[in-house]
Amino acid sequence: MKRIIVKEEYCMGCGLCEVYCTVQHSKSKDIIKAYNRENPRPISRVKLEVHKPVSFAIQCRHCEDAPCVTACLSGAMQKDEETGLVTHDPEKCIGCWTCIMVCPYGAIKMDASGKVVSKCDLCSELEVPACVANCPNGALVYKEVKP
Amino acid sequence: MSKYVIVGASAAGIGAVEAIREVDPIGTITVISEEPCPQYSRPMISDLVSGKANFDKMMCREDQFWEKNGVQALTGRTAVSLNLADKYVALDKGEPVNFEKLLLATGGKPFVPKIEGADKDGVFTFTTLSDAESLAAKIEAAKSAVVIGAGLIGVSVTEALVKRGLKVTMVELKDKILSLILDPTASEMVETVIRKAGVTIATGQTVQRIVGKPEDDDVVGGAVLTSGKQVQCDLVIIAIGVIPRTELVSGTDVKTNRGILVDRFMRTNVSDVYASGDVAEAYDFVFGENRLLPLWPLAQLEGKVAGYNMAGKKADYPGGTAMSALKYFGIPIISIGIANPKDDTAYESIVKHEPERNLYRKIVLKDNAIVGITLVNDIEQAGVLFHLMKNGVNVKKFKQELLSEDFCLATLPRSLRRKVYPGEYK
Repeated sequence: MKRIIVKEEYCMGCGLCEVYCTVQHSKSKDIIKAYNRENPRPISRVKLEVHKPVSFAIQCRHCEDAPCVTACLSGAMQKDEETGLVTHDPEKCIGCWTCIMVCPYGAIKMDASGKVVSKCDLCSELEVPACVANCPNGALVYKEVKP
Repeated sequence: MSKYVIVGASAAGIGAVEAIREVDPIGTITVISEEPCPQYSRPMISDLVSGKANFDKMMCREDQFWEKNGVQALTGRTAVSLNLADKYVALDKGEPVNFEKLLLATGGKPFVPKIEGADKDGVFTFTTLSDAESLAAKIEAAKSAVVIGAGLIGVSVTEALVKRGLKVTMVELKDKILSLILDPTASEMVETVIRKAGVTIATGQTVQRIVGKPEDDDVVGGAVLTSGKQVQCDLVIIAIGVIPRTELVSGTDVKTNRGILVDRFMRTNVSDVYASGDVAEAYDFVFGENRLLPLWPLAQLEGKVAGYNMAGKKADYPGGTAMSALKYFGIPIISIGIANPKDDTAYESIVKHEPERNLYRKIVLKDNAIVGITLVNDIEQAGVLFHLMKNGVNVKKFKQELLSEDFCLATLPRSLRRKVYPGEYK
């Protein structure tokens, strides 16, 4: 299974990961339309964290033993047995914020509506997640990891 | 004969089934549930009343969850007694069920104090789906309600009733609402929004007597508070708290305090008998002792730990603590551990309050380790703080930064991140 590895030492803090994550999760998948016309603009599910001089981008780690799945009140957060991904179903989500409380990475956000959460889905429809594909300095790497 | 028998089909029961099946795909599992339709999320019953969720949305697991996990679900049945010597559970109807391993996940029941008139039509408790359905059926015809108790259940039922257009009076014995989980500042922030929504909050009081309607004394018409004031209402909801349902073990060798006592493996003192969820007194890592913590996420985790151990995979419960994420009336709040430290020099509280932006952050420390977290409105990094808290990290060097809105994983020194975060993801 492939996961995103964070290479802190290569992160320049440019924030392109957030831009492309937003675009990828927009309706139009077009950068101009996503930023100019979509209201509310979809949030980025990857978070660029900056604490100078440190910066890195972080998104859901799809934990093996995911605390958000165990804590979820509604069953919206699930562990996919086949792919090992932590999946989130916004239709089931009730925005209770319990997953936010227990995510050790702070990688779950409220979505633009403020009514449900949103998190990295590893861009399942793409070969390589948008944040990784658009990182100009190799600070995010998509590679095979041991389960 | 069933290899695993689980009494109770809510959070702990569900967690146990999933854990057992991870380890043992074939051992027979029997779940006994009083409710006709389990696998629903109890914290969501207020969403059912408010209209935010329908019955389908409340199902917190896939359809046919029990069948898919090969569970014999005895629903609508009550476990009436235990025979620990011969290892069986007797039911209200049908054959007793023998077990090799037993999990008691019987949960809690609402605490109902003796109040005159509590037998009138229109008085409800609020913990189960059937409570919610009965209440929902009365709402159309009702204009006003009195909610007794302003804890987690009381506030959530209040919000649901307000959304359905009822005029609500919330009555709370303590001086502040949500006083067990919030400090006075955070409590007032919630009070403000609740009042804005048109709710009357009467603190320092309780309901002395429930009175009938002039035309029919058997139907709720009002509530008389301890102050003597009478509040007109069509419904009364009793939401004072829950007490563990330990009745099944009374008279057996299973040791109880207020709840069933369990060790870090969720074992009771009787071999092959486990307990989890609201009925159990499990380990609280903040207090370093076992206590009742009737919370859905902990129940599910405890059930999971019990399930692993029952199936032979050693797993220890890391411990829980009081922890609640709230969304009442649109204000996100997270409260973990100690909100109101005793007036004691051992505790240090660091606070940042910006009333004009409705922001509040409070971290309670003991020996430079986090023992309490309260966040109002800016909550997204709560989990990072909770992780430091669970790991007992000494935060002395970056204490003030814990209060910053910019606080995040990157704030932590790299050496610390390496230490408390596993794998490559640093």
